[in-house]
Amino acid sequence: MKIINGFCAVLLNKYMSSNIRLISRLDIKGPNLIKGVHFEGLRVLGDPNDYAKKYYIDGIDEILYIDSVASLYGRNNLSDILIKTVSDTFVPITAGGGLRNIEDVTLILRSGADKVAINTAAVKKPALISEVANKFGSQCMVISIQAKKISNNKWEVYTENGREKTGNCVMEWLTKAIKLGAGEVLITSIDKDGTKNGCDKELVKAVSQVSPIPIIASGGIGNLNDIEEIIQYSKADAVAMGSILHYKDYTINEIRNFLSKKDINVRTYENY
Amino acid sequence: MKTINIIDYGLCNIHSVKSAITKLGYKPNLINNINGLPSDSKIILPGVGSFANGISRLEEMGLIGSIKKHIDNQGHFLGICLGMQMMFEKSSESKNTKGLGIIKGEIDLIPNQYMNKTHKVPHIGWNKLTIDNNFSKSIVKNDYNVYFVHSYMAKDVDSNNIIATCEYNHIEIPAIVKYKNSYGCQFHPEKSGETGLDILKSLLDI
Repeated sequence: MKIINGFCAVLLNKYMSSNIRLISRLDIKGPNLIKGVHFEGLRVLGDPNDYAKKYYIDGIDEILYIDSVASLYGRNNLSDILIKTVSDTFVPITAGGGLRNIEDVTLILRSGADKVAINTAAVKKPALISEVANKFGSQCMVISIQAKKISNNKWEVYTENGREKTGNCVMEWLTKAIKLGAGEVLITSIDKDGTKNGCDKELVKAVSQVSPIPIIASGGIGNLNDIEEIIQYSKADAVAMGSILHYKDYTINEIRNFLSKKDINVRTYENY
Repeated sequence: MKTINIIDYGLCNIHSVKSAITKLGYKPNLINNINGLPSDSKIILPGVGSFANGISRLEEMGLIGSIKKHIDNQGHFLGICLGMQMMFEKSSESKNTKGLGIIKGEIDLIPNQYMNKTHKVPHIGWNKLTIDNNFSKSIVKNDYNVYFVHSYMAKDVDSNNIIATCEYNHIEIPAIVKYKNSYGCQFHPEKSGETGLDILKSLLDI
């Protein structure tokens, strides 16, 4: 195997990008997995660790924990959930929700998260993005953007779990966050979250047109065609799924097989 | 029960590595000093973070010389992700910071263009490994995927030091490297499902 300047000596015919990642999104409140609609009307579903373990066994590519009440230092905090999850779940974990500063980020990474997703604190203090990227690397710094449609092809950034308007335009904020060192973007449509009514595919498409970093699309996925569309049409690199997995509409295998048949590259999963 | 020493320098997903080691039936032992460890000790250097930060932490803790000595004396060593990258001579990540210099080659940004086509950096996701024939059977039995998350990669590495590569948009990325009895993984075996655990076990049992 000879490597010349990092390029393959032999050119291969197939354009190989990374496989599309299938992510289970687990929204947490205290010790519980919850799910709301448009971030409201939260319903308790069970123990997040049980769900994470089950998704791992079923072949999920990644796990995303979002702490909806940002109870980082209270009882049953996100760090405790992470420590428990990594004891039997051997796939990457991104964690976010209420991370305010570099100390919070350090704690969460030491508890077993591989990446952190930051929304509110990054909007309040954009320098935090650079601070995280400099200390832990860009690949670790996921900029989480909660977007609400305000007119055709225009979306506004919201913080505090969709409660606070910021007046920032999503595309401008994203561009700035990338310059500051964000390595991945988690884009959640507030309008679609929890509805299972389909994603905001124009939002994700607009994001992919300005983003040189990988995109995780979240919010609204209700069926297999929604997943295909957000990948093929909107060009997402990863899909975060909540309700359709939690309510057992599809298994991860069904999703994987469906995408494979549509010629979308997914991870080959070992059925141990 | 065999003990696996994990260097804890404050910059890594220490819990994940610890859990993987426990799951494999070894006893994880967090250490911040390797002086006094028997020469047949197995040591893991994990790492999430930037190259310069990693190296300066190792310097502060006085680990640079002792890690080099351990490896030179045929000691067993496994660097993961940043831990692997730091085994090389230098990195362009922060003003050409010097690395441990155990393996010839340097760490540089993954090119984001190939034939006028732009692709995503960081490289985040599951890719297949191409494993050197001499190692393939002992390391992994199948062609399942492993998880990568990185913006930088090893360049100008002698083929003798490469055990496995992965292909990312026509770029061949060194995925497992070796020198003497030391190994480095660019991907995260502790985060690559049961396949990753298999690879971790084979690299620890070598």
